[in-house]
Amino acid sequence: MPLEPSQVREIAHLARLAIDGNDIPAYAENLSRILNFVEQLNLVATDGVQPLAHPLDMPQRLRADAIEESDQRELFQSIAPATQDGLYLVPKVIE
Amino acid sequence: MHEKTIAELAGDLRSGALSSVELTQAYLGRIRRLDPGLNAFITVSEEQALTAAQAADAIRARGQGGPLTGIPIAHKDIFCTEGIKTSAGSRMLDNFTAPYDAHVVERLKATGTVMLGKTNMDEFAMGSSNETSFFGPVHNPWAAAAVPGGSSGGSAAAVAARLVPGATGTDTGGSIRQPAALCGISGLKPTYGRVSRYGMIAFASSLDQGGPMARTAEDLALLLEAMAGFDRRDSTCVDRPVPCYAAGLGAPLTELTIGLPKEYFGEGLDAQVGDLIHAAIDVLRRLGAQVKDISLPNTHLAVPVYYVIAPAEASSNLSRYDGARYGYRCREPRDLEDMYQRSRGEGFGAEVKRRIMIGTYVLSAGYYDAYYLKAQQVRRMIRDDFVRAFEQVDVILGPTAPTPAFDLGEKTSDPVQMYLSDIYTIAANLAGLPALSIPAGFAAGRPVGLQVIGNFFAEESLLNVGHRYQQETDWHVRVPPGYE
Amino acid sequence: MSWEPVIGLEIHIQLATQTKIFSGASTAYGAAPNTQACAIDLGLPGVLPVLNEQAVRMTVKLGLALGAAIAPRSVFARKNYFYPDLPKGYQISQYELPVVGNGHLDIELDGGVTKRIGITRAHMEEDAGKSLHEGFAQVTAIDLNRAGTPLIEVVSEPDMHSAKEAVAYMKKLHSLVRYLEISDGNMQEGSFRCDANVSVRPLGDERLGTRTEVKNVNSFRFVERAINYEIQRQIELLEDGGAVVQETRLFDPARNETRPMRTKEEANDYRYFPDPDLLPIEIPPALIEEVRETLPELPDAKRERFMREYELDAYDSSVLTTSRAMADYFEVVAAQCADAKLAANWAMGELAAALNKAGLELAEAPISARMLGALLQRIKDNTLSGKIAKDVFEAMWNGEGEANAIIEQRGLVQLSDSSAIEAMIDEIIAANPDQVQQYRAGKEKLMGFFVGQVMKASKGQANPQVVNELLRKKL
Repeated sequence: MPLEPSQVREIAHLARLAIDGNDIPAYAENLSRILNFVEQLNLVATDGVQPLAHPLDMPQRLRADAIEESDQRELFQSIAPATQDGLYLVPKVIE
Repeated sequence: MHEKTIAELAGDLRSGALSSVELTQAYLGRIRRLDPGLNAFITVSEEQALTAAQAADAIRARGQGGPLTGIPIAHKDIFCTEGIKTSAGSRMLDNFTAPYDAHVVERLKATGTVMLGKTNMDEFAMGSSNETSFFGPVHNPWAAAAVPGGSSGGSAAAVAARLVPGATGTDTGGSIRQPAALCGISGLKPTYGRVSRYGMIAFASSLDQGGPMARTAEDLALLLEAMAGFDRRDSTCVDRPVPCYAAGLGAPLTELTIGLPKEYFGEGLDAQVGDLIHAAIDVLRRLGAQVKDISLPNTHLAVPVYYVIAPAEASSNLSRYDGARYGYRCREPRDLEDMYQRSRGEGFGAEVKRRIMIGTYVLSAGYYDAYYLKAQQVRRMIRDDFVRAFEQVDVILGPTAPTPAFDLGEKTSDPVQMYLSDIYTIAANLAGLPALSIPAGFAAGRPVGLQVIGNFFAEESLLNVGHRYQQETDWHVRVPPGYE
Repeated sequence: MSWEPVIGLEIHIQLATQTKIFSGASTAYGAAPNTQACAIDLGLPGVLPVLNEQAVRMTVKLGLALGAAIAPRSVFARKNYFYPDLPKGYQISQYELPVVGNGHLDIELDGGVTKRIGITRAHMEEDAGKSLHEGFAQVTAIDLNRAGTPLIEVVSEPDMHSAKEAVAYMKKLHSLVRYLEISDGNMQEGSFRCDANVSVRPLGDERLGTRTEVKNVNSFRFVERAINYEIQRQIELLEDGGAVVQETRLFDPARNETRPMRTKEEANDYRYFPDPDLLPIEIPPALIEEVRETLPELPDAKRERFMREYELDAYDSSVLTTSRAMADYFEVVAAQCADAKLAANWAMGELAAALNKAGLELAEAPISARMLGALLQRIKDNTLSGKIAKDVFEAMWNGEGEANAIIEQRGLVQLSDSSAIEAMIDEIIAANPDQVQQYRAGKEKLMGFFVGQVMKASKGQANPQVVNELLRKKL
């Protein structure tokens, strides 16, 4: 099932990716080709097969509730695009 | 001295015939001279390397240290290195200095290795040719027009060109094994959970695994022993003793049963590659191994399953790159939405964006069951194929890649063709199994890799097969012309 | 037409762990911005989550207290969306397989009626950080200290039919989590937050009407007002021939109304999928039993016991068992003074009033249960009158010491010696012949006057019971 340019735009928006309008047809074509390729999975009979989310067959290991981290704000914010008074700054959220 | 393996260099360092500073300077000199033609490194950390080499020599002088103390290595630029740029091959992280070390980096530091720098890679490890790197493609030392493979192409090219004796890589669908094969070196993807993923920039979390790349299986054994081990910061890391892998090398193969899956020798396999693999199997047979034909019936589904699961996980893993806290932020964003869209649109390259979009699509409402859930079901079928196979055989053998290195630009226009170059490597990631690639000859002057897939945590056995084979062959000692 | 409101609540409870749900950073409230946001909370490249065991135990504890099934195997999922207070671009939550399944909570309504509210599920998730919009021009400022704080989200069935029921449910759950000591329940600090799903339907109809979700109503009072407003709004809309739009609304306490949240996003598509960094959580029966052992006596059981054991009425028992601290306090006082009713009156009366006035939690009260018990003992043995006991209580509250010390120091011992009181009465009778005459002529109200005179003469220390008795005799 080929993707329409409008679908590409929707997906790009959902993924927050600015895509140049001129590139949309190329993306549509490549993405369609990939989807077409993976669609052969639909021919496989999988009734009753449990999905496998993870190769490891073990339960999740837990951590004790003990404080292990200290304040590293200065280090972390030294690589931040914009900060003020210890806060990260981003352009205004318009709701 | 760049001709020597890690094991040989370790001997020289121990005996005092060589100092780490001398060794480090020699390799740094080669990098300065030869890397401009290869583009294998994104960052060379000369100063830190010399400091580390001096420290290693001091440890050696006290009669302390292990086999890796003073050995130069390089890290794929996907491993976080404190105070040093860690880019993942992306414009998104071009300005990112990691504030901490990955577990693998910590461990290799602790054993006294000397990091020379960070190697080039496909952007966020998404690629099979190293052509998606923001920092430009890496060239194959065996043929400058050819790709080195990917995504750990920089590590593979650097080791092949003798710019460093060993390096780290990561393997999500073949990203250690395929470039190792295409560059004529050895590379091991360990069992999922053997090596901590902490500090290794995530591509697809249920598939990613870090591992060593070097010239010989013996060197891989030394590196893996240092890299592997329990890390409580990665809850998928398995708490299981790490064997002394080097000690297990040299065991006879007379008890070994090798499985040859018929699906790995069918359509799409280059005839010369096929012949070389059969020749390699004959070598192992002469060493006493039993050979058995087997079937992994769902092999053809591995690539499509992978191209649902890996992009799905990646689309979510890469959401954190939003321009807010670190990494690339677009110029003068109008508002928040604009910052998100342009930072990500400009910060990621085309292949990464494609995969994010595929992943977003297959997880979205209305498509999840048809794509993602279906892929997970088939993933179990693929794993079950291996479980059944390992009831009959000890290791599974086949080609690492269907062809030798292709030319730069040859497959960039068709993503699906590119994806199919990982057709033999992806299944091991889906199943979580360890797999090794070792040099097995040359087709049209370009290296060919033999893949050995093992059962869960059977790294010792894989390395032994590789080592015994390398004792009988000399493919792994061949040097690319111009890099002698 | 008569309308029936239908209400379901989603309550987010912040767990009282030391550290975040997936990192070892502190969850302490009030730290300087981003000083408690570690690499994991910030979503730096390469970091991984590791689940806090205590958060799991607390969730199991709540599940058991709600009479719910604990899933032997549950899964974390990623909820994907972009927002600056969500560092990874996804929230780790639970979707298909939550830890806690179907359960219930009984609430008490007027007239002693009990109603059972169904619990659909409860799951673990991480909290987001905070976006600060005020005080910054053109920018939003982000503090990620709260990011990764462990939450349980408890989802109720749409079993409530009035704002009052919703508040009763919310209060009951609030009381429960504090009993279990899994949350401080501090609503100002956001430890207990409520989203209400509200719809109305013609009375007798089975089908549910279109619902709206009222977000983040963070006090019992606001919940009641927000739900009532929303019910009224929907009814008016429907009666005018309109239709309710399914949407998310915010309650504005200043204007006492709800209004739609403005959002550019059409429909959210969260793309939930199992978090590949986190394997399934397995909760073995042994762990469930271990947690069960730690369950305290729960509010309902305690209330029943108070009625039975202390012969208190339903109201007093309910009030005293609302918080575990109050119930424990009461029991110490009651045991010490050997008068449950007296202990209950003082705990719910003087003590509660003083706490309220001072804005203190019971744990911060300057008068311990043992101290109050000692004071009430002095009432029981007739050393103090109720009135003087209140003075002593006040002195104790002000840190002047224990009851006995204050009594001794101020010479406040109650006068019960009948000969001394008799002497005072004789004097008063002699000094007020008119009143004596009127009383004897049948104006019995004057008894109060005589008692007052005696109390005045004794500086309040005369035992009122003895005074009454003797006056009656003498007059």
